[in-house]
Amino acid sequence: MSKRIDVSDLDIYYGDFLAVKGVNMAIEPRSVTALIGPSGCGKSTFLRTLNRMHEVIPKARVEGKAVMDGVDIYGRDVDPVEVRRQIGMVFQRPNPFPTMSIKENVLAGVKLNNKRLSRSDADALVERSLRGANLWNEVKDRLDKPGSGLSGGQQQRLCIARAIAVSPQVLLMDEPCSALDPISTLAIEDLIAELKADYTIVIVTHNMQQASRVSDRTGFFNLEATGKPGQLVEMDDTTTMFSAPSQKQTEDYISGRFG
Amino acid sequence: MAVQTQSPTGPTPTPTDAAPSFATTASGRRRKRTNTIMAVVVTVAFLIALIPLISLLVEVVVRGGKMISWDFLTTDMAGVFGDMTTGGVEHAILGTLQITALATLISAPIGLLAAIYLVEYGTGRLAKTLTFFVDVMTGIPSIVAGLFAVALFALLVGPAYRSGLMAAVALSVLMIPVVVRSCEEMLRLVPNELREAAYALGVPKWLTIIKVVLRTSLAGIVTSIVLAIARVIGETAPLLLTVGIVTTVNTNMLDGRVATLPVFAYSQYAQDSQGVGADRAWGAALVLIVMIMLLNLVARFISRRFSIAEK
Ligand SMILES: Nc1ncnc2c1ncn2[C@@H]1O[C@H](COP(=O)(O)OP(=O)(O)OP(=O)(O)O)[C@@H](O)[C@H]1O
Ligand SMILES: [Mg+2]
Repeated sequence: MSKRIDVSDLDIYYGDFLAVKGVNMAIEPRSVTALIGPSGCGKSTFLRTLNRMHEVIPKARVEGKAVMDGVDIYGRDVDPVEVRRQIGMVFQRPNPFPTMSIKENVLAGVKLNNKRLSRSDADALVERSLRGANLWNEVKDRLDKPGSGLSGGQQQRLCIARAIAVSPQVLLMDEPCSALDPISTLAIEDLIAELKADYTIVIVTHNMQQASRVSDRTGFFNLEATGKPGQLVEMDDTTTMFSAPSQKQTEDYISGRFG
Repeated sequence: MAVQTQSPTGPTPTPTDAAPSFATTASGRRRKRTNTIMAVVVTVAFLIALIPLISLLVEVVVRGGKMISWDFLTTDMAGVFGDMTTGGVEHAILGTLQITALATLISAPIGLLAAIYLVEYGTGRLAKTLTFFVDVMTGIPSIVAGLFAVALFALLVGPAYRSGLMAAVALSVLMIPVVVRSCEEMLRLVPNELREAAYALGVPKWLTIIKVVLRTSLAGIVTSIVLAIARVIGETAPLLLTVGIVTTVNTNMLDGRVATLPVFAYSQYAQDSQGVGADRAWGAALVLIVMIMLLNLVARFISRRFSIAEK
């Protein structure tokens, strides 16, 4: 259950402001794609267009195509809600629902959509998702306690469990470790490596080591100048990107001589 | 990636090389003295502000307290004339409860829906206009709300029509803007991240609003509504115009005058400002104040009990 996404000539706007220009990108199934680049170049913006979360912001819009398995997710009769069910997202700051217990948080995608689930199915789904997010052993004795009572790293893994509980095809992660300590970060990186077997993963990160550790392919976004739209400068296998990038700016950015 | 901000005037302050000293200086002593003076001034101002409040409470409790008895709370004014000291406020208590409940039934849904519109949907001119009118409505004198209800029902039903419903409509005119404003604030307190978390799980907007936004702000919304009730339960002028006063219980909200505590207090005092009428007025006032205090306690309890510990 993982799919490839082909993005072509994608222009992303906030009102009249063109934030990201002309992105062409292939995202391979069952692999981890990392997006790197200086702050403000539009990584988050681009990531949010992949599950149509961008248009939640007033006046935000997109031109171009993003095709998942032959279907343009920006096609005329595509329902954005349906797209988001298939392309899950994990945010920079862990955001479990404060009114819900750990268990309810995992089941949120089901429960909030008014879907019914038998007790045993629900329990099985909770355990499977929490195991998938490497959190089961830490929380199995307090599933009915509030999700906001967990540590930051645990909350983030809870959010990952919540995202995979709806069995998406693709998982988008926007700096999922930036609010976490090194140990939790490693736990999430290990988790990403495991999730790769089942999901297509796109991760935005500011951490070069992280990108080189977890990803198979890396895309580098940059701004020509402040006020200009961000662009995808170069995209290649991660090993190539970090050893022999074809663009000078990529090399400068990766080696830290920049930004 | 901290952004380096240069202060616009003067160079960036740098620590001096001089050894640090924490001994009290002249300016330190002056600062301490100013601090003490300010603390005294603020405390005194606070106590002065308390004087009218406390003397009012004492007055109501002393004067009203001597009227309160089981009989006073459970009889109406049927067959009470002249200097008779019997009779009570049962009909007025029931009338106040009925009318306020009906007003809440009208105002809470309208006010909450308007607040949801403003926070979750409203962006353009309509939202601005709505906000403007809500602000204007907040300042409407209560007598005008009463006149509005009278005029409205004169058009709809007839000029002689009087009913609890009419009073509830008048109170709603006063209550709706309060509910809109406070619910709006409660809804805006819900972090956007939670909405986005729900959207990202493929939850449609309306379900997100019901199950995430309203659920998260539930305690605040209920508290807002209870406080809005407390705000209108003591209104007199609109009730005087719409339901006046009667001597017995009237449970039919669609027809006939209804007694209420504020109007009861007013009419008793107007009839007899020295004797038993005045006593009954103070008794009714005490009952009303106790009701308002209970509402405030309920509001506090709800917001304590059901609010989510913010992380
Ligand atoms: N809600 C918004 N409304 C208008 N402009 C926005 C909005 N969000 C982001 N932008 C603009 O879009 C551009 C790209 O922002 P984006 O958040 O995608 O950058 P980023 O690469 O994710 O940066 P960072 O690494 O700091 O997270 C920036 O110029 C930003 O100011
Ligand atoms: Mg970002």
